[in-house]
Amino acid sequence: MKKLKYALFTGCTAKQSTPEQMMSTLAVADKLGIELVELTEASCCGASHLQDYDDFLSLVLNARNIAYAEKHGLTMVTICNTCQLNTAMTKHRLDNNHELKEKVNVKLREVGLEYQGTSNVVHFLYAIIDDFGLDKIKEMVVTPLSQFNIAPFYGCHNIRPSELQNESHKSAENPYNPTSLDDLILACGGATVDYKEKNKCCGFHVELQAPHTAAVLTGNAIAGAMDGNADWMVTPCPLCHLKLDTQTGHASEAIGREVALPVLHMQQMLGLALGCSSAELGLKHHLTKVNFI
Amino acid sequence: MSTHKITTQKVDFKVFRFNADDDYLPYYEDYKMDVTSEEVVLDILNRIKWDHDGSFSYRRSCRHGICGACAIKVNGRATLACKERMNDMIELFGSELTLEPLSIKRAVKDLIIDKKDFWEKHDAIHPYLISDVQEHPEHEHLVTPEEAEELLEADLCIQCGACHYACPVVEINDDFFGPAAFAKAYRFEADVRDKAHHERLAELHEEKQGLWDCVKCYECAEACPKDVNPIDKITKLHQMLFKEGVATSNVATRHAVGFLHSIRKNGVLDEGGLVLYSEGPGIVKHIPVALRMFVKGKIVPPWGITKSKNLDEIQKLVKSSSTAKF
Repeated sequence: MKKLKYALFTGCTAKQSTPEQMMSTLAVADKLGIELVELTEASCCGASHLQDYDDFLSLVLNARNIAYAEKHGLTMVTICNTCQLNTAMTKHRLDNNHELKEKVNVKLREVGLEYQGTSNVVHFLYAIIDDFGLDKIKEMVVTPLSQFNIAPFYGCHNIRPSELQNESHKSAENPYNPTSLDDLILACGGATVDYKEKNKCCGFHVELQAPHTAAVLTGNAIAGAMDGNADWMVTPCPLCHLKLDTQTGHASEAIGREVALPVLHMQQMLGLALGCSSAELGLKHHLTKVNFI
Repeated sequence: MSTHKITTQKVDFKVFRFNADDDYLPYYEDYKMDVTSEEVVLDILNRIKWDHDGSFSYRRSCRHGICGACAIKVNGRATLACKERMNDMIELFGSELTLEPLSIKRAVKDLIIDKKDFWEKHDAIHPYLISDVQEHPEHEHLVTPEEAEELLEADLCIQCGACHYACPVVEINDDFFGPAAFAKAYRFEADVRDKAHHERLAELHEEKQGLWDCVKCYECAEACPKDVNPIDKITKLHQMLFKEGVATSNVATRHAVGFLHSIRKNGVLDEGGLVLYSEGPGIVKHIPVALRMFVKGKIVPPWGITKSKNLDEIQKLVKSSSTAKF
């Protein structure tokens, strides 16, 4: 198989509040022989909040990020669901509206760039499943996670709006019954936990303005996984991870029940199965202790 | 002449049953039925009532996707029963299907729910044109096609409640208006004939209503059978608040604007700086968790942030492309 190569849009979180996500992304890419070219020029995607304030600027900035991936002639991979949403949404809007694309390009040309629409934008989870393949992952697993019940937490912005999301990857995902993360858990040798919050919202985006709503959603998610007899949770989204890992205190208070489970990034889970060390995967950066290693 | 072959398939239905007058708890009834490729979900509801149990209750009226009465949930997915084809449901979920009301906690009888909260919130946004009406106008009030397009199809809403009862915030916060009411508010805010513009906007902006409490989960966009895309309208209302100068400083508006400040300074986000800017003195409540995060290497101080390469480009673009004001 030809060596896979992508342009990596890290997003802001991987460089700040979830350093373990950056570490495990690089560790896993190394194990799988995937080459990642980091887009160090990229700006923040706006995280759906800049979009509430200045829609056009968010289009210009996201188009600029994609333009750098296009310069490399590579597909852009994201490692944050919200980066994926905002970047893919920009791509969708520009690719389907010539006038808007031209308006954005007038701005980009001022700094010597152009958005063409030649690079696909895909979350790392789907790049692994579609391009690398789960059968190959299964062959490479050295430490099967066979003793664990693992609760997948998908994160809204990888599965909804489904029409947009299913443009970016080959394996179609049903937002009411998603399977990609379950499939990855199975490929790593683990058992999956089915629970009704797995495709629901973690509350991250209103943590500041509606802390009670945010905390209840986080609490419900962890409680659902616990009631499903999960040993730990796994998510492809660093924002969900922040909620589930660092906000257990507020979440427990909000739902009136002590909830906490170790939560791994999708890359950390895969890394464990592929034989990466816990140091390589940054497991010491979690607030809720990863107690099973 | 093309021939269309009707196929038949066995489906196991689990149907929510509850009568608020007699039952202490709801239960599920099983029905095994042969489903033909021609049928829609409403046909199944009718057959359960007509062939199996005459007491089975659900709302239906127009049968043409216009009245919005027959919205239910199929395997957790909001579904307008008269519109969705059984074949598509089987393709999505397989041959075991669970039929439930839009909101279990609001169930009155079987699939019929009490939509009181939906209508109260719908009414609260003043869902009508507010305008000075001349009794004897000299000419018609024409709306150009371009102006009508500004509604972004928000006028297609049939008040079925699918988005409202798919919204996780509606389940948690009783004051939250919900996606349908906000989309309806947009429908009138975007109408050139409406004169309540700022007044309605200012009311929506009030904290209690929760225009800023949308969690951005896109459940509403997924649930809507008419592709109204309510979250898109919520975003438009946010933008309108800034554009019209109605937005006042609160944690949510500062949070949105804070992204611009961060991007202008670093290209990337300064996470700590953003929380500080959004919360102001309210930041103190985050300190206990922040300290624990700091110990675990999860907080980068402002001077440790790796700025975007070619930051000058980003700053130039912010300057030339940003039109929003706060």
